[in-house]
Amino acid sequence: MRVNFTVNGRPQQADDVWEGESLLYVLRERLGLPGSKNACEQGECGSCTVRLDGLPVCACLVAAGQAEGREVVTVEGLAEHARRRAAGDGTTARAPAGTSLDEARRWTPAPGGPGAQALSPVQQAFVDAGAVQCGFCTPGLLVAADELIERNPEPSDADIREALSGNLCRCTGYETILDAVRLAAARAGEAG
Amino acid sequence: MATARTPAGLAHGTHGGVGESAPRPDGTLKVTGEFAYASDLWHEDMLWGVTLRSPHAHARILSADVSAALATPGVYAVLTHADLPAATRYGLEIQDTPVLADGVVRYHGEPVALVAADHPETARRAAARIRIAYEELPVVHDEESATAPGAPVLHPGRDDDHAVHVAHPNIVHRQPVVRGDVAAARARADVVVSGDYEVGMQDQAFLGPESGLAVPAGDGGVDLYIATQWLHADLRQIAPVLGLPEDKVRMTLSGVGGAFGGREDLSMQAHACLLALRTGRPVKMVYNRFESFFGHVHRHPARLHYEHGASRDGQLLYVQARIVLDGGAYASSSPAVVGNAASLAVGPYVVDHVDVEALALYTNNPPCGAMRGFGAVQACFAYEAQMDRLAERLGLDPVEFRQRNAMAQGAVMPTGQVVDAPAPVAELLRRVKARPMPPGRPWETAGGAPDVRALPGGLSNTTHGEGVVRGVGYAVGIKNVGFSEGFDDYSTARVRLEAVAGQPVATVHTAMAEVGQGGVTVHAQIARTELGVTQVVLQPADTRVGSAGSTSASRQTYVTGGAVLHACRAVREEVFALGRARLGAYHPAWAHAELLLEGGKVTTEAGEVLADLADVLEDEVIEVEREWRHRPTEPFDLRTGQGDGHVQYSFAAHRAVVDVDTELGLVKVVELACAQDVGKAVNPLAVTGQIQGGTVQGLGLAVMEEIVVSADGLVRNPSFTDYLIPTVLDTPAIPVDVLELADEHAPYGLRGAGEAPTLSSTPAVVAAIRAATGLALKRVPVRPEHLTGT
Ligand code: FES
Ligand code: FES
Repeated sequence: MRVNFTVNGRPQQADDVWEGESLLYVLRERLGLPGSKNACEQGECGSCTVRLDGLPVCACLVAAGQAEGREVVTVEGLAEHARRRAAGDGTTARAPAGTSLDEARRWTPAPGGPGAQALSPVQQAFVDAGAVQCGFCTPGLLVAADELIERNPEPSDADIREALSGNLCRCTGYETILDAVRLAAARAGEAG
Repeated sequence: MATARTPAGLAHGTHGGVGESAPRPDGTLKVTGEFAYASDLWHEDMLWGVTLRSPHAHARILSADVSAALATPGVYAVLTHADLPAATRYGLEIQDTPVLADGVVRYHGEPVALVAADHPETARRAAARIRIAYEELPVVHDEESATAPGAPVLHPGRDDDHAVHVAHPNIVHRQPVVRGDVAAARARADVVVSGDYEVGMQDQAFLGPESGLAVPAGDGGVDLYIATQWLHADLRQIAPVLGLPEDKVRMTLSGVGGAFGGREDLSMQAHACLLALRTGRPVKMVYNRFESFFGHVHRHPARLHYEHGASRDGQLLYVQARIVLDGGAYASSSPAVVGNAASLAVGPYVVDHVDVEALALYTNNPPCGAMRGFGAVQACFAYEAQMDRLAERLGLDPVEFRQRNAMAQGAVMPTGQVVDAPAPVAELLRRVKARPMPPGRPWETAGGAPDVRALPGGLSNTTHGEGVVRGVGYAVGIKNVGFSEGFDDYSTARVRLEAVAGQPVATVHTAMAEVGQGGVTVHAQIARTELGVTQVVLQPADTRVGSAGSTSASRQTYVTGGAVLHACRAVREEVFALGRARLGAYHPAWAHAELLLEGGKVTTEAGEVLADLADVLEDEVIEVEREWRHRPTEPFDLRTGQGDGHVQYSFAAHRAVVDVDTELGLVKVVELACAQDVGKAVNPLAVTGQIQGGTVQGLGLAVMEEIVVSADGLVRNPSFTDYLIPTVLDTPAIPVDVLELADEHAPYGLRGAGEAPTLSSTPAVVAAIRAATGLALKRVPVRPEHLTGT
């Protein structure tokens, strides 16, 4: 089957998709967006977390066909998503309006290489706080944490733990991840 | 080597050098999603490989029919044991592991056949069409069944080094450690405590599953991009299986999503290469989580019997212990795990009379091998439980009793080895104990309604505080650093220095497996400190440079860090020689002063700038490769266990504070404080991250993590739905207190840090649960039914 949807503000089309293929498989293997990770394929680890029409979901549990006509944000589009949110243009992924063709044309993929792309506040905070070790959990955690701060700019520790409770990390013991989210929220507060 | 004087840069600092929390060089790539893990690799024309695994724990293979699988459209190859081109077995130490089962399967999940197809689902469906006829065989699953008269022998005709000294062929290795006179000490003891303990099978549960991409090359060789812990050990095992010389198997490390010991053994490495060479196409293999539980070795489950004797005034007189580790179907690193368990069985205490034996079994359970803590974890759970019981019998505070018996620098291990570096065991305990206690009843809010998130059971809303009891527990442990028992544990580093566009740039090339621990950060820091440059380029780890040894045993910062350090110092000497030749005539300091490299300049020790480094170099490229070794160790005597078997010791202590819902048996760990001596925190942020991560893996073993294997050898819970690892809701605040008491034998005085916190975390949590419940709790993980008696 063919699936049409928007990924990180850009219209995408995937052909020859099998009935059983997940959104995660299509993103990783058909659209060349391997940033979302597969660590369980069972909805248990959160490594595959993306936003589907604004809501954080496990992409491994979403059938590709369910994404038809909808808007997906992955870790690859997180910095751009945060920039647009900061610019207040209202097209955060939760808005149902979708992406205009014009916006889609203006979208450019990040030019390669470390540092080439400005990081979103949450991404920068993960680097600064030492929240990244092996990094396999990181893409999913970033999407979840970014959504939390968008929804709740001043989360308490209990709020952060609750929001990230579907994301496993085996390396850090979570302390630096909490630090990173606190840091990102605090910086957003200062900037705002 | 000893770092007698402060190395250049440590005192004044080139930015981002040793001792700073320099950011990870791969951090940006990892937060943008661009970092390429092994499972992200892609190649034009690539096929997908899958593994067919045994559904039985022990069975004879009567026949294999692959015709239906081969006839499946989209399938390019199906391989069984009969198709192997060269060596059919491999292993880290003992080559007892079949590449594909040859006539017999010995554990549930053993690889039997391989399929390569153009879509992973096609490959899976084809694998399901392979018909294997099995005849089930009796299963051995514990010491009794493995050593019973007439027990099936898993590996008849063993010819490995350990076979001659074990009492039964189903014992992989046995190591006694005997010192002093236990019988006489027992006669003098005022208090004797004995107990039997059990540790369940823990999984490394790294998040990035086993994966790699094998690309056949024009010269008949293969290029393998792989997530592993030790490229050269893989190479040594893969090349004979492929029937290729090592130089035709070129390996490059790809992104590794955690390891914790679970990538020390081969998983899909040889399989992907075999399929690639058979089909002439690149082959990618990626395990899913289900397969990952079968695809790597686990932590040895253990049964431990301990007897401790002490005098009335609280002095440990003797320890007798017997540690039985279940090694499962193949040897993996069981012999070394046995050596660790035996030599560290007493813990970080001074005990003059010791009679210990540790052994590992061959059974039809899943193979066990390396996991963070490596034999020391199991022992620590048991000896720390014993220490608490002794303290209680003696009427002593458990921390004070431990401190009275704590080892210090100069102590003699039960192996006879003198601990010749700082061993601040009593101080670590003092620090965790002195920490202010977290407030009680944290669920109470100003508004009156409890915040259930702070209660045992959390959002399940199972209690509002009724039946919740607080407990506090302490533990301390000892771990060896580096490969022990006479192993030639070296690392190689190649360092280049050149001027690029007028700026000095250092390039570091090693084969070290970066698995998340931050070794790449540390290598860059060392190069900055030693060469006084800011720009450091890290080459991808591959087999074009010599071995860096394994990313395990807390050894990489020490050993590969040491190799980078020494290569840099050799480069530095060449810079000075070049400077003397080129510029010596202009300033007498070139010949007479102690020279330094700092901030991109050559300076005297007094700080006078002699030249820009780039001007000294001009077009010259200085490149040096160095192998570096730590102090040699020696094997333990096979009868007495005596010998200087270890390189260095590492110590950590924990205090656990828990709230237990005693009615439902639910545990909430409120705080898990750690104090650890790291000798020198080369990167404080990374060290803290290691300590917190290790602490939480210990917490997992204490209250939730266990691979459940039934008596017929079948794995019951191979998924993250049924094998639980701590989430952020299960994890408490983890305050960390880092001591830096230099070990003069190690680079910068550092002490391997990654494993020690995994040891004491488990017994501290269980001690706290015992304190809250009054239960004996002799098995981990502690489950709710153990607390409620249901
Ligand atoms: S891969 Fe989707 S939740 Fe684990
Ligand atoms: S950083 Fe490795 S799993 Fe989170």
